[in-house]
Parts: sequence; C-alpha cells; structure tokens
Amino acid sequence: MALTGIQIYKLLPQTNCKECGFPTCLAFAMKLAAKQVELSACPYVSEESKKQLAESSAPPIRLVTLKGVDVEAKAGNEICLYRHEKTFYHKPGLFIRVRASDPDLAKKVAAADAYKVNYVGIELTIDGFAVVADSDLATAIQTIRSISKRPLILIGDPAALQAGLAACRGETPLLYAADASNADPMAELAKSHPAALAVKAESLEALADLTQRIQAKGVQDMVLDLDGNTLGEWLVRSTQVRRLALKNFRPLGYPVLAFPCDAKDEAIAAAQAIAKYAGFIVLNEFKPELLYPLLVLRENIYTDPQKPIQVQPGLYEINQPKPDSPVLVTTNFSITYFSVANEVEGSGLPAWLVVTDAEGMSVLTAWAAGKFDAERIAKAVKTFNVASKVTRKRLVIPGHVAVLSGELEAELPDWEIRVGPREAVDLPAFMKQALN
Amino acid sequence: MPLEIPKDKWPGSVRTVTLGAAAAEGGTRTKTVTIGGQTAMPYLHFEASPPHPPAVAVEIKSRPPEDWSPLLLEAWGELVNDPAAWAKKAEEIGADLIVLALTLADRPEEAVNVVQSVLRATGVPLIVWGPGQAEKDNELLVPVAEAAKGERLVLGICEDKNYRTIVAAAMANGHLVQARTPMDVNLSKQLNILISDMGMPKDRIIMDPTTGALGYGIEYGYSVMERLRLAALQGDAMTQSPMIVTPGFEAWKTKEAKVGSGVPEAWGDWKERSVNWETITAITLLESGADIVVLRYPESVARVKQAIQELMTA
Ligand code: B12
Ligand code: SF4
Repeated sequence: MALTGIQIYKLLPQTNCKECGFPTCLAFAMKLAAKQVELSACPYVSEESKKQLAESSAPPIRLVTLKGVDVEAKAGNEICLYRHEKTFYHKPGLFIRVRASDPDLAKKVAAADAYKVNYVGIELTIDGFAVVADSDLATAIQTIRSISKRPLILIGDPAALQAGLAACRGETPLLYAADASNADPMAELAKSHPAALAVKAESLEALADLTQRIQAKGVQDMVLDLDGNTLGEWLVRSTQVRRLALKNFRPLGYPVLAFPCDAKDEAIAAAQAIAKYAGFIVLNEFKPELLYPLLVLRENIYTDPQKPIQVQPGLYEINQPKPDSPVLVTTNFSITYFSVANEVEGSGLPAWLVVTDAEGMSVLTAWAAGKFDAERIAKAVKTFNVASKVTRKRLVIPGHVAVLSGELEAELPDWEIRVGPREAVDLPAFMKQALN
Repeated sequence: MPLEIPKDKWPGSVRTVTLGAAAAEGGTRTKTVTIGGQTAMPYLHFEASPPHPPAVAVEIKSRPPEDWSPLLLEAWGELVNDPAAWAKKAEEIGADLIVLALTLADRPEEAVNVVQSVLRATGVPLIVWGPGQAEKDNELLVPVAEAAKGERLVLGICEDKNYRTIVAAAMANGHLVQARTPMDVNLSKQLNILISDMGMPKDRIIMDPTTGALGYGIEYGYSVMERLRLAALQGDAMTQSPMIVTPGFEAWKTKEAKVGSGVPEAWGDWKERSVNWETITAITLLESGADIVVLRYPESVARVKQAIQELMTA
C-alpha cells in the first residue's frame, strides 16, 4: 500500500535542512506521497528508509518482462479489477506451445512467427513460443532462434532447462515451473541465468509460501500458475489473486500464466483468461481462426475506456482516385473507418474517403449524439477542399444515415448526394452497379 | 501461510425472474427457466455461488431469414422454412429458451399462428421479438400477447420509443418484457423506471443493455454490464433486473462471420472462425454478467452450454 505523507515523513531525516528545495522534511514528504518529486532530491535518506520507500511505491503487481532477441513481452503493473475503473495496461502475451521433439518444429514455428493480422490498422502478432523440453531443449531453441526472435517459455525439469538455457544467453525466458519439490534448483537456475520463474502450487496459500521462499533466494520476476481445472475454478483463483495483489499482498503480486491449451474448449478458456487477468497465455497450436478472434478480444478488453480508438479526420485516397472517382463519407471511429477503407481497398475500386471528425464515434452513435450531421459533413467537405480534387461532385453517405440526404443537399447545393448501402461489405457492389 | 481472501459484501442482489409457465400456473410449458438471484459478481463462488445458471436461447425467425450468413442457413437447412420444426430442433440441441423473431412481412394472424405452433412444438419458454418498427411491433405483439395469455412469454423489444403498448399487452396477459437501451447505465435505469411506473411488476422485466460483437464494440457492452451489475449489488433497485444480450445477432452481422471469400488469409478457416466469433462474444458477455445469451449457430450453443456448466462449478 502506498504510504501517506506522515508515514513517509517518519522515514526521512527530519532535520529540515531544505536541500531538497522544500522548507521542511514534512513538506517534502507530502510531495513524495503525491508522487510530484523524486526521493533522490533528498541526499540524506538512509539506505534502510530507501528500501522501505521503494517497496511501498512498487506497483501491486510486478511488471515482468520476458525477452527474446530484441523482442519483449511484458505483463503486470495492473491497478484495477474492472476495466472501467481506469484501464488494463499490459495486454497478455499469447504464446504458442511447441514440442522440442516435434520433427516439424521449424515449419510450425515459421508459420506462427510470420503470422500477422490487421485489425483497425493495428498489426497483431503472437508474442512467443512455449517450448516443451521433451527432447534436447538446446537444439530445439537453436532451431527456433534460426527463425524467430520472440520470447520463450521453457517447460521442463531443472536439468532439461539448464541445458536449454545455455542456448539463450542474453535473453529472459520464463522457466516453467517451480513447485514445492524443485523450488530450490529452479530458483537457482532463474537467478543465475537470469530468467523469470513460473511458480505452481495446489492452493493459493501454498503458492504464496513458495513465492516467498523463492524470493528469499533472490529471484524477483515470478509468474503464477493457478492450476484451476474448470473455468469456474480458474476464474475464482484469478480473481482472488488480483484482489489480494491490489490490496498489496506482495507474495501474490505477480502476473498470472494461463494454459487454455489444456482446457476442454481452448477458445473459451483463452477468452476468459484475456478478460480475467491473465498476463501470459499458452495456446495449444497455431490456428489463425482461433488466434484472430483472441487477438481482437485482447485489443478490445485492453482499450482505454476513456478514449475510443480513432483515426485522423481528413481526405483519404483509396486506390489512387481520379477526379471523377466517387467521394464517400464516414466517421473517424477506427472500427468504422477501417471497415469502409478495407472494403473499398479490397475491391480495387478508386475512391475519395472523407473522414469527418465525429469524436471517434461510429456512424449511428455519432448521428444519435449529434456529431455526424449534415452541417458537420458539409464542413468537412469544405475544410478538406474536396471540391478542388474532383470534377464530378458526387457524395455517398452511409445507408444508416439516409435521413441526412435532404439536409445535406441544402448544405452542399452543387453536390449530388447519394445514399450508399447500410453495411460496408456491400459497398463494392454498390460502387460497381449504382455509381456508373 | 493462511490467506485472508478479501470478499465483497453487497447489500443488494439481482432479482429472480421466471420465464414460461407450466400447466399449474396457467401455461403449457413443460420446462420453465429461472434466472437471476445473484448476490455476487459473476461466478465468484468464494463469495456466493449463483443460484441459477444463465440460460442459452436460440434465435429463429417466423420466415426464412434473408440476410443470414450461408453458414447459418447450411447448419439449419430446411428447418428455416418451418419455425415449429426449427424450434423443436433447437430445443433438442440444448436451447433453454427459444427466441422467435417476427418479421415485417408477417400479418397479425400469421404471427399468432406461428407463435402457437412454436409453443405446441416445444416445451421451453418462448421470447417473441417484433420486427423492430414501433408500429409493426405493436400490431403483431398485442394479438400474440392475447393469444398466448398466461404463458409468461417475454415480449420484446421494448425501447424508449415503443415500450408503452408492449408493456400494457404484457401486463394484461401475464407476460414479461425485454427492455433495451443503447449501452448506457443511466438509460437502462430510466427505461426500467418508465416500465415499472406503468405498473409492471419488477420481476417481469429483463434488461437488454445492448452489446456489440467482438471487434465491433464489445468492450462497451462488457463494461456497461459490469457497471450495471455492480450497481445492482450496491442496491440500486432499477438495475437489479437480469440481463439478456444478443451475441448471435451481433456476431453474425460481422464480416468475419458473414463472409467466406475475399477476406485476409490471416482470418483462417471461415466456419471455425465464425463459430469462435459467436462463442467468444457470448462467453465474454457471460463473464461480465449476462443472464441470457441469444445464439444462432448449433455448435455455439453446445460450446456455451458446456462453458456454463464449468463456470457453475468451482
Ligand atoms: C458501440 C456503441 C456505442 C458506444 C460508442 C462506440 C463508438 N466509439 O462509437 C457507446 C457506448 C459510447 C455508445 C453511446 C451511445 N449510443 Co451507441 N451504439 C453502439 C453500438 C453497440 C455499436 C456501434 C458500432 O461500433 N458499430 C460498428 C461500426 C463499424 O458501425 P458503423 O460506424 O455504423 O459503420 C458501418 C456502416 O455504417 C457502414 N459505413 C460506415 N461508413 C460508411 C460510409 C459509406 C459511404 C457507406 C456506404 C457505409 C458506411 O460500414 C460499417 C460496417 O458495415 C450500436 C448498436 C449496434 N449493435 O450497432 C449502438 C447505437 C449506434 N447507439 C445508439 C445510441 C442512441 C447511443 C447514445 C446516443 C445513447 C445515449 N443517449 O447515451 C450514445 C451516444 C454517444 C454519446 N452521447 O456520447 C443507437 C443509435 C440509434 C439510432 N438508430 O439512432 C444504436 C444503434 C443502439 C440502438 N439500437 O439504439 N454507443
Ligand atoms: S533534503 Fe531531506 S533532510 Fe533536508 S529537508 Fe529535504 S527531506 Fe528533509
């Protein structure tokens, strides 16, 4: 728990020497509590106080960074239980499970590593691989490293992992997993490499004991495996860990690792893990039809609720439009803009796209909120000088706001206003048939 | 070390609502469905297990759907031409409820007939939606309400512009209503107030907070539902109705589910992607408090039912 000004004051020298730039130690303490100054401004804090202050200002869930070769996956540093309270910060990493013994390892890694999918202009990829050490791990890692730079989760017993670690020097993989039986050698491995360490126990009590034991051995970066068998059990544990962590219960203040790959329905377990607090997620295999919806869900849940994802208003050119190409109008909500832009682009048909400033709202939402009306559309057409680019003044509005056409004709008297289809999917056909 | 798990103690709870009436209560249902009654956030068994599982409804239409994905049409086949047989099949594959969506083309007597034939063909409770145009909704739902008096149907969809006639018809004939507002906590409360002010008993209102599909605004629906549920548990009577959402309708509207060709290769196999789209939308909304999810694809029904079973045990 963050300390109050008074608690901080008790840890300061209390000499009021003013070197920090404040008249008293108390005044400095108050500023520290409000996080408006750095502790280093006071040259006289004791080592002991520094340690206590650092601990109290540490985030409730430790930020754990896994490193591959120049590629990282981070989890932790979350501060709330419900996304509307603030936002969720670090999107859980999606890792694909592969086996060291798999003769097709290189092929599978290559396919997953190359995977890219575009969602509202954001390029989404997987985050790394979870390698099961069911045969020589070092060889498998070398194979993977000849293809992919992404971070690794290494799954095996201490001896197997030790051999594997030699093949990923300079990286921070996640070792899986320390339990009551092997905590000491695992901690030793994690500390000497150094690597992050997954910790596993049958109850949260046992898990808390174990993380403390491991921390005492000098390992800081840990990740928790909750070992829940059903969706309900896992949800309960994950929520309990999040709650305890947010109350600054340090022994469970670590990101959570989820294994939907072992669940009855992988898609469902992974969706739950994304919404309910996982930091790293291991999937069974590389399947685009599963990966794509999960990556999208992750974007959605981790969007800042205060700011819709938006694009810059302006005049966009699609497929090199010419002066007689049609002018389409839409809003600057990313999802809206990209549904339209992708359709038109995919069709190969040239068009001008006027993106109005609708404060990041969808067509109907903006219309209902008065942010996408004839006046605003006309203003955008004028501001972006659309008339100077085209010879044929023909403006297509979304079918959902057909009601605007009358007013728009009044606002833009020398333009021909056309009502387009309701859904963007139908735009190419409309452009081919109705716009010639 | 002994752990003290922080637990929330809420003063409020979700209202318990029963859909459908058996013969003894004046209806003809062989099964009724009770939802609600929660005293904790979704599936937090360590605080309080939900007394009733959420229900899975399957949406069917009075006439063959014109704008449905070919995958849906393929899955249901000939059944889309026969609402009664379609409903029966939906019940067989595990639907707890049937949603029958009427269309603009239906005449009042046709609407009554199709409702009665679906009731005869099935034993589960029925939700009936008008076509979504205020005047036409009233024209169809009033005679349906009268013809099915005592069945405890759910009539929908009440919105701020068209709730009066539907609520009156539901009140007069012992039915429930589905109250829809566009993803806003205050609008949900307001509509609930308007409906209860007409004299509708609160345990006959189901809230529909509206949602978007995965990739198309689900995060708004997700958070509005969490906020509504938190408000209910805090004791705000006007947010204590159970919630119904329509992941099937939303998910199958998306390009990802509707379109099989000319889409990025990175989207993967069409059918699996579509079913994942619907299933993941549904499960995410269940995690945020949905009491009824309305689905369209048979396989999604099975997957979501399996998930509910797992969520109910901890
Ligand atoms: C998400 C959402 C919200 C989010 C906002 C998200 C955002 N950033 O815009 C929130 C929760 C904030 C919200 C708020 C409100 N909402 Co709202 N919301 C929705 C919801 C669920 C989805 C909208 C969406 O994102 N669609 C996806 C995008 C991609 O669709 P789109 O922009 O329309 O684009 C498509 C087409 O229009 C077309 N298209 C787009 N551009 C172009 C251009 C051309 C040329 C062509 C041909 C086609 C085309 O292509 C796209 C894909 O097909 C809808 C209901 C629903 N399920 O559709 C209600 C909905 C739009 N909301 C509605 C309302 C009323 C509101 C509020 C006014 C409620 C209130 N009083 O508070 C507020 C207004 C906001 C405010 N005052 O600040 C109503 C609008 C009713 C109406 N018909 O007027 C809807 C329809 C819900 C309903 N059934 O009542 N909403
Ligand atoms: S520099 Fe340190 S000791 Fe001096 S007044 Fe500031 S806080 Fe106190």
